[in-house]
Amino acid sequence: MTTDTTTKDTAPAAPTPGQTVLDARGVTMRFGGLTAVRNVDLTVNSGEIVGLIGPNGAGKTTFFNCLTGLYIPTEGEVRYKGTVLPAKSFKVTAAGIARTFQNIRLFANMTVLENVLVGRHTRTKEGLWSALLRGPGFHKAEAASRERAMELLKFIGLDKKAEHLARNLPYGEQRKLEIARALASEPGLLLLDEPTAGMNPQETRATEELVFAIRDMGIAVLVIEHDMRFIFNLCDRVAVLVQGEKLVEGSSEVVQGDERVVAAYLGEPFEDAPGAKEVAEVEAAEANAATQTDAAPRKENDR
Amino acid sequence: MTTQTTAPQTPSTPAKGKPSGLIGIPENLGRTLATGGGILTVVSTFLAWTWTDAFPGDLTVYGYPGGLQVLVLITGALTALFGLASYGVKGLRWLTPGSADSAIKLAALAAFATAWFTIIAISVNLGGLANLEPGGWVVAIVTLATVLGALSLPFERPVTEPADPDDTDWEQFRHNTRNKLTVFKAAFASSEVTPARKLPAYAEILIIVAALALGLTVFTYGIGTEYDELFVGFMITVGFGFAAVTKAGLVARVSAITAKHRNVTMIGAFVAAAAFPFTQSDDQYATIGVYILIFATVALGLNIVVGMAGLLDLGYVAFLGVGAYTGAMVSGSPSSPFDIHLPFWASALLGAAVAMVFGVLIGAPTLRLRGDYLAIVTLGFGEIFRIAVLNADGTSGPDITNGSNGISSIPNLNIFGFDFGQEHSIAGFTIARFANYFLLMLLITLIVVIVFRRSGDSRIGRAWIAIREDETAALAMGINGFRVKLIAFALGAALAGLAGTVQAHVTYTVTPEQYQFAHVVPPNSAFLLAAVVLGGMGTISGPLVGAALLYLIPAKLQFLGDYQLFAFGLALVLLMRFRPEGLIPNRRRQLEFHEEAEAPTVLSKAGA
Repeated sequence: MTTDTTTKDTAPAAPTPGQTVLDARGVTMRFGGLTAVRNVDLTVNSGEIVGLIGPNGAGKTTFFNCLTGLYIPTEGEVRYKGTVLPAKSFKVTAAGIARTFQNIRLFANMTVLENVLVGRHTRTKEGLWSALLRGPGFHKAEAASRERAMELLKFIGLDKKAEHLARNLPYGEQRKLEIARALASEPGLLLLDEPTAGMNPQETRATEELVFAIRDMGIAVLVIEHDMRFIFNLCDRVAVLVQGEKLVEGSSEVVQGDERVVAAYLGEPFEDAPGAKEVAEVEAAEANAATQTDAAPRKENDR
Repeated sequence: MTTQTTAPQTPSTPAKGKPSGLIGIPENLGRTLATGGGILTVVSTFLAWTWTDAFPGDLTVYGYPGGLQVLVLITGALTALFGLASYGVKGLRWLTPGSADSAIKLAALAAFATAWFTIIAISVNLGGLANLEPGGWVVAIVTLATVLGALSLPFERPVTEPADPDDTDWEQFRHNTRNKLTVFKAAFASSEVTPARKLPAYAEILIIVAALALGLTVFTYGIGTEYDELFVGFMITVGFGFAAVTKAGLVARVSAITAKHRNVTMIGAFVAAAAFPFTQSDDQYATIGVYILIFATVALGLNIVVGMAGLLDLGYVAFLGVGAYTGAMVSGSPSSPFDIHLPFWASALLGAAVAMVFGVLIGAPTLRLRGDYLAIVTLGFGEIFRIAVLNADGTSGPDITNGSNGISSIPNLNIFGFDFGQEHSIAGFTIARFANYFLLMLLITLIVVIVFRRSGDSRIGRAWIAIREDETAALAMGINGFRVKLIAFALGAALAGLAGTVQAHVTYTVTPEQYQFAHVVPPNSAFLLAAVVLGGMGTISGPLVGAALLYLIPAKLQFLGDYQLFAFGLALVLLMRFRPEGLIPNRRRQLEFHEEAEAPTVLSKAGA
């Protein structure tokens, strides 16, 4: 009843954990004396949505940056489909990992369409000479790029606003556009850094649907998020990062039930305090109640 | 301390939001006054304004206008036409698709400013008001009345907040001044341009031709002004007149049409520019023309680097120098160390190629820097070029460039037997040396314009803009930032080098002193950047207009003398304060700087 939407969506994906897309082994990142990420292993398989959670300052974004070539890990290696990732972020994108940013980083003064076209950069070849001479190849490639970009805009529902400046879009649509821009680079793995930050419940749910749709396109997704309900609904697997180390990894239920996770978020229980189990129960009950109320209007929309 | 000595809140703006004029004359009377004043202004230009021809421009004759009178005549006619159009006279309504009242106000101001400037110039030059003929008095009074009438036209008063009586006097004063400024600005507000009627394609092209012909006429007139007063009057007229036409909505109309027929507009603009030497009887102004074109072309090249890729290059003129030196060395000049004489096409390509190599050499280490650091380093490299050339004279260094004497006696070009040094007669028009080079340079400008347009509207151009907008995000989108920036840098350098090869022949001599960072004579790096910023970053016409203004104004206003750079600096500061996006803004930039203003949310393809 309450979880019908999520189970419906996760059910077909569950039996298809294909090949390993992302394989991070022993990733350690030190800044001087500070170890931001310590010996983290993480794999993402194709057709999977993996969540990465952790309290503030746990090193989630640092780990993300290691995956996207913005940082070079001090130790360990990151493999994408079997090959070690290059150390430049644009090469990582070319290899097939696209990302969005925690704070929206659109090209604010470009149009919506142009933003997506920039995302096509690695998948097109036309250089300066081709642009200057304007042979038939140029026009063909340009038309193909535009067509693909418009498809993506249609996919996220922004095709009507293709000529608007990115800065003039409302917040939620800017987030969506950032995802479309990342998708334009035809990635095999999409990294989403807090995709629902600052969103209202409706927008969050829409994002959830969008991520499922992306997964159904055959793209593996790795999500960082603070919104627990969002992440537990969405992800096939959740890894918890605390103080730079991976604490737990497993399905939503496993992670939700793990008392170390609760302790990491809420602090160590003191004596006579309600045990972690009780806390988890209360939380689960709350989550249930909330999804119940949230789910009602959804069904109306579905009709 | 701050006792409330000031009078309690003066009842400013009696009825907020209710339309009324700046001056308390009834609207009907005001409109009649403005329109009639416009007509009378036209009539008064046929009178004599002064008794002696000691004041230049032949203002002593009854019956026909001369010199500054012509300018006043034009502004008066403009006022009258806008006035009649605001009455809804049939056949004139097309003149004001935008805000007729604002247009009347500005046109009246144009007439007033030009006329009063003339009257004051006569009185000052000849020593006293006694030198004015009755016609002079008439025009002064008539234009004043016109302005008063025009300013009484009602406008939507903005709602202003009264000053807080608890503030200090100074704060209150500032607040009230700000309010008055808001009201004053609102008096000249432009309104939404009514959509144009659908015109057949040939009519639209005719409009483009007319607009271009008008542009050529204005430019030719400006370049041909013979004395300081006329040029100042010309600037006043053009400044206010253009503002009036803009407020009337005509500029928006025309630019909508030109955006529709971009290729026609571009070809037309070049035909109009090519027609310029044919309108001149001697080579005097073609000289200015060719220098403007060199300046403008290099500025346009710089606009790729600065305006599109966002790389602030303060040493750009060095690439012009590289091209010029390369062109000079292979020109067969006796003072060149190489005894080679290449044909022009080869030397032009060589100049561009060598400049590009220098661009890559300088760019490769510097482009790893961002923002201000890049600017400082390029400034350094620009000076290194000049000093290296200065020292490569055989005593301080190898004998390559002939040191401070430069490479002189560069022979004139000869393409297919067409000697650029000779006068030629084409269809009855005499085309002399500078006019020849003007036409050649126009070709180079055309190449640069095409390169600018095509590279901007492509994968690589989008990558440049993305890098400018947010480099980290651009990298994350798979753009090889360094490579793309290097391409922009090298392309800009090559275009400057191309222009340099022509410049070497035009100036006969190339010396290191021509390629400084800042200098009184353009082109130099500071002026090039100023032309780009003044005209509008990221547009084609912006740097062209900016360069023309920056070259013409110092060349025409000789009386400024040593204050030229001061005036230039002042003008730039004012412009950056009030119009940071430049004279001809890129749509993108306009949105960037004026978020709150009547910015359209949709970036149409109309960008200049």
